[in-house]
Amino acid sequence: MTHSDGLSLAELDVLGEIGNIGQGNAATSLAAFSHKLVTIDVPCVRMLDINEAVSFLGGPEKVVTGILVRLSGDISGIMLTIMDEMFVKELLKIVFCKDAVDLYSLDEMEQSFVQEIGNILSGSYLNAVSALSGLSAEVSVPAVSVDMVGAILAVPAVEFAAAGSKVLFIEDSFTFSDGFDEKERVNGSRMRSNMILIPEMSSLRTIFDRLGVSV
Amino acid sequence: MLTVGIADVRAVYTKDEDLLVTYALGSCVGICLYDRTAGVAGLAHIMLPWSKESYKGDDPLRYADTGITELISRMCAMGAERSRMAAKTAGGAQMFGYASEAFNIGDRNINAVNKVLSAYGIPVVASSVGGNHARTLYFHTDTCIAEVKTAMRETINL
Repeated sequence: MTHSDGLSLAELDVLGEIGNIGQGNAATSLAAFSHKLVTIDVPCVRMLDINEAVSFLGGPEKVVTGILVRLSGDISGIMLTIMDEMFVKELLKIVFCKDAVDLYSLDEMEQSFVQEIGNILSGSYLNAVSALSGLSAEVSVPAVSVDMVGAILAVPAVEFAAAGSKVLFIEDSFTFSDGFDEKERVNGSRMRSNMILIPEMSSLRTIFDRLGVSV
Repeated sequence: MLTVGIADVRAVYTKDEDLLVTYALGSCVGICLYDRTAGVAGLAHIMLPWSKESYKGDDPLRYADTGITELISRMCAMGAERSRMAAKTAGGAQMFGYASEAFNIGDRNINAVNKVLSAYGIPVVASSVGGNHARTLYFHTDTCIAEVKTAMRETINL
């Protein structure tokens, strides 16, 4: 059975599992550097075209922090981590103990920290892909842009210009809290981040082949 | 207000529609064209420079050369004349800096747009291009003012 987005249910299942494992890895890393308890909800994984992804993220003019890494090797493509303002500010607050951070004028330390978050999150998902498929990819130095989401998502759209191409869109939610009890968890800050994987189509096929999903 | 999407072209009579908008231009370029005498204005939002580099069967409105040509011909069909047209442009940024964006696409888009317009003899009277920030472009067809909004800077009028 094939969905309208050109992927079978089995293929979507595989992508969902990559999302699960990836988010688990990400939560572990976030907990390690923030010294907070990080709990997660089941991530939502879907294939969207770029316009759908833009409206899903709040419309073209919504300002977000985008972190872009390029993949090369067995898997080639682009991975974008999109975080809303609150997520980035909260992480900066936890690590630098600063309250009001202006995302447009991050100092060198903060800039490099945001890059590192992108590294951690995209690495988490990439490790999930590698663990399941045995494929590996090299990751470029992350690049950061704080700007309108429409313009940020146009970057992969321009490069993978095949009309109507789909991206793998994973919506995560992480809750940072200080302890396990119910009250603290409810009071914890729940934040969303989105991982967008734009593999070259041939790479997506390679991943499915390796995972034994019939195409 | 009429929204012009990505890889989209719209031409209007200024008496019918006073505002055209295209959102979040990054490396893409928005091109406003107008002929005051005919009362015809238009806006194109292109993504890539040249259609000869296109994928087979790809949408011609994605490219600077074919997109601008289409806008001109739609405007001429509405009574505009190329010799009376002027252009205002915005966009062509590098969202993630030069190191991480392939092909330097923003600059190449700006160059292509300028070349195509100059080949048609249409002067670019004002522009806000380059840099590394996104722009939303409003084109007020009655005054022919192009308003460029960004996330962190002051709005400018071209």
